Amino acid sequence: MSRPAHGRPEYHKINKDLFVLTYGALVAQLCKDYEKDEDVNKYLDKMGYGIGTRLVEDFLARSCVGRCHSYSEITDIIAQVAFKMYLGITPSVTCNNSSRNEFSLILDKNPLVEFVEELPAGRSSLCYCNLLCGIIRGALEMVHLAADVTFLQDRLKGDSVTEIGITFLKKLDEKKYRRKK
Amino acid sequence: MADEALFLLLHNEMVSGVYKSAEQGEVENGRCITKLENMGFRVGQGLIERFTKDTARFKDELDIMKFICKDFWTTVFKKQIDNLRTNHQGIYVLQDNKFRLLTQMSAGKQYLEHASKLTNFNIDVP
Repeated sequence: MSRPAHGRPEYHKINKDLFVLTYGALVAQLCKDYEKDEDVNKYLDKMGYGIGTRLVEDFLARSCVGRCHSYSEITDIIAQVAFKMYLGITPSVTCNNSSRNEFSLILDKNPLVEFVEELPAGRSSLCYCNLLCGIIRGALEMVHLAADVTFLQDRLKGDSVTEIGITFLKKLDEKKYRRKK
Repeated sequence: MADEALFLLLHNEMVSGVYKSAEQGEVENGRCITKLENMGFRVGQGLIERFTKDTARFKDELDIMKFICKDFWTTVFKKQIDNLRTNHQGIYVLQDNKFRLLTQMSAGKQYLEHASKLTNFNIDVP
């Protein structure tokens, strides 16, 4: 559907409130449509996956990052380049295991929850920002990296920080790769 | 500031998500459009609350429409409304020649139907 940009592309920013409020309206609508938190979380993850598979192309075109040689490099790029580019924040990265395939992104500031005081009543296991997990998972899959991405800690649930865990799984075989819907 | 690409993709996913999860007959009876309008209404309400915090009270309807066409549209879409028409009897037509939510779509006729789905989102601004 998109037409390719002609000449020098302009990278537009939008009003942050518009984005944050739109996301909030989306989550509110999903809470109306689905009774269980798990269903809302799954839907957000699936949506994020769809966004991530497309966003990664935009990211690679604009950031001109070179080939990465380790999971740690990839996670650093996600935190320092991608998050910065799209959300204006830079989470810090920690490695969680010695085999160096489990990492955490610690979000000090999370613009998506700017207008959220607390989770709605009866929605204590809602992962409000689960879209982010889906986006990361979808983006990684498009570069042939399978990963599990989940929220390990969430300030909205009472934890002290918001932490996204990325576990890199076995590298997808490029020849057998099929794009999943 | 957030990035436009991310917002456009989110918006696309929201629209296609609403239509995909629609049950039989919902597309025809306009329930999908209502859902999108409701979300847009909610967003519009929040935005207006934030933007008009320190503004003086609006004198009349035309004043409100001017605010929407100039200040509001500029803050949200980085440009003003191109044309505002009214019949002075409560009906206003806002024309945007380069609506940001649709510029990424190609100009072919086949996408016209999908384009209308995308515009429904931001129609409801109180």
